[in-house]
Amino acid sequence: MSPDFGLLFWMLLAFLIVFILVGKYGFPVIVKMVEERKKFIDESLKNAREANEKLANIKSESEAILRTAHEKQAQILKEAMATRDSIIKEARDKAQEEGHKILLEAQAQIAAEKENALQEIRSTVVDLSIRVAERLLRKKLESDSEQEKLINNMLNDMTKN
Amino acid sequence: MKRYASYCSILLIAVLSWFSITPATAQAKDGESEVDVKEIILGHMSDAYEWHITTWGKTHISIPLPIIVKSQETGWHIFCSSRLSESKTYQNFFIDEEGTGKIYEKLQDGKIVRPLDISITKDVVQIWIVVALMLLIFIGCARWYRKQPENGDAPKGFVGLIEMFVMSIVNDVIKPSVGEAHYKPYTPFLLTAFFFIFITNLLGLLPIFPGGANVTGNITITFFLAICTFLAINLFGDKHYWKDIFWPEVPTFLKAPIPLMPIIEFFGVFTKPFALMIRLFANMVGGHATILALTCVIFITYQLGVAISASLSLVSFVLMIFMNALELLVAFIQAYVFTMLSAVFIGLAHTAPKAEKK
Repeated sequence: MSPDFGLLFWMLLAFLIVFILVGKYGFPVIVKMVEERKKFIDESLKNAREANEKLANIKSESEAILRTAHEKQAQILKEAMATRDSIIKEARDKAQEEGHKILLEAQAQIAAEKENALQEIRSTVVDLSIRVAERLLRKKLESDSEQEKLINNMLNDMTKN
Repeated sequence: MKRYASYCSILLIAVLSWFSITPATAQAKDGESEVDVKEIILGHMSDAYEWHITTWGKTHISIPLPIIVKSQETGWHIFCSSRLSESKTYQNFFIDEEGTGKIYEKLQDGKIVRPLDISITKDVVQIWIVVALMLLIFIGCARWYRKQPENGDAPKGFVGLIEMFVMSIVNDVIKPSVGEAHYKPYTPFLLTAFFFIFITNLLGLLPIFPGGANVTGNITITFFLAICTFLAINLFGDKHYWKDIFWPEVPTFLKAPIPLMPIIEFFGVFTKPFALMIRLFANMVGGHATILALTCVIFITYQLGVAISASLSLVSFVLMIFMNALELLVAFIQAYVFTMLSAVFIGLAHTAPKAEKK
């Protein structure tokens, strides 16, 4: 059995052709694609893992934010309540004070009014009594002695005062 | 040729002795219609100038193939092989049916010489069929990939099968054998060699056209493939590889005045591809010969009477199925082994980065 030249020649030609064509346009394409896909899958896995981690982070972060928000809310509510209470207290105090003041003023006014009224009554009474006295006097002071007596009485009274 | 023939007859005797029937008795009965097992087996396994399909009665049905020869006297001749069938002579060319089965030319002075012969023989046609198949499969698959958008889906169906096949060879054979650092440039060659051998082996198992030619069981083909591996190993071997051959790290007396180790190492350079060549050749020839021999059992026992013939045919039929299944396995294993050993030898010619540190 010795290698046959003709067959060797054709084998060389055929193998070279198939090697060049398939070795250049066949296998490298397949291998390259598979490797690219492998890389892509690896990257995707990595990305997914990172995304998961991020998601977990975000979750814990959001929980923390929620917690602080709750705390803040409670605090604000508390503060608001305190403010409300203080405002109400203040208002009440003020109202009381105002009321007191108004009461005092009213009392003072009432007192003044009363005084005025008394004064008026007094002057009216004086007036009336003067008029009454006039009339009485006109009748009684027709005699001079009487007149002088009265005048002296009055003068006495006035000086006594 | 002699070795080839004796190899086959030993195998045949072994097969036949299983059935405790000597072919001699079978043949002695009827000298005229005796089955020439040796010729059938050799005829089916060796290269031929025409593609024999079947014999119907006494007419041979075969596909004639072009014969291309260059005569020393009359130059190039291209003609159809049917002109030479049945021992005919055409333009002084004839086929030596008894001996080598090749084309010879009878020169004018009566000398018989072998012309330069690049005929399209059965094996050549088979090779081109394999080439066409490979181009169809792999260029077709590559075209599928080209049509895909970037980061498209993984292929399904046939392309997926081919992808899986190719990648398993790359990842399980080539990458670990050649080494992670250097395997890339050798991948196309090793893959081409693998699929060429594998597809040729498979087609060789088909009994009729477009398969059936025993291409990988032809020493020329395995010789060529081994030469390719030899070139791949030695053309690109690095300096460590050559140093290991001519100045290996052994005690000096083994390499100094008489270069004992270098001589052994140097022979190793040739024995490695030689082993590849013989392994593939012998495995394929052995498998084909066994299947053919088992097939012949049916025809031999046919002459012995119905009862023996029927029972033995059944046995040989079962064995044939078994052998065909085995050959299917061998078709893959031999392609695998050839590729793996080539990859290992190529890997040995490249020092791994780890070893360089020492």
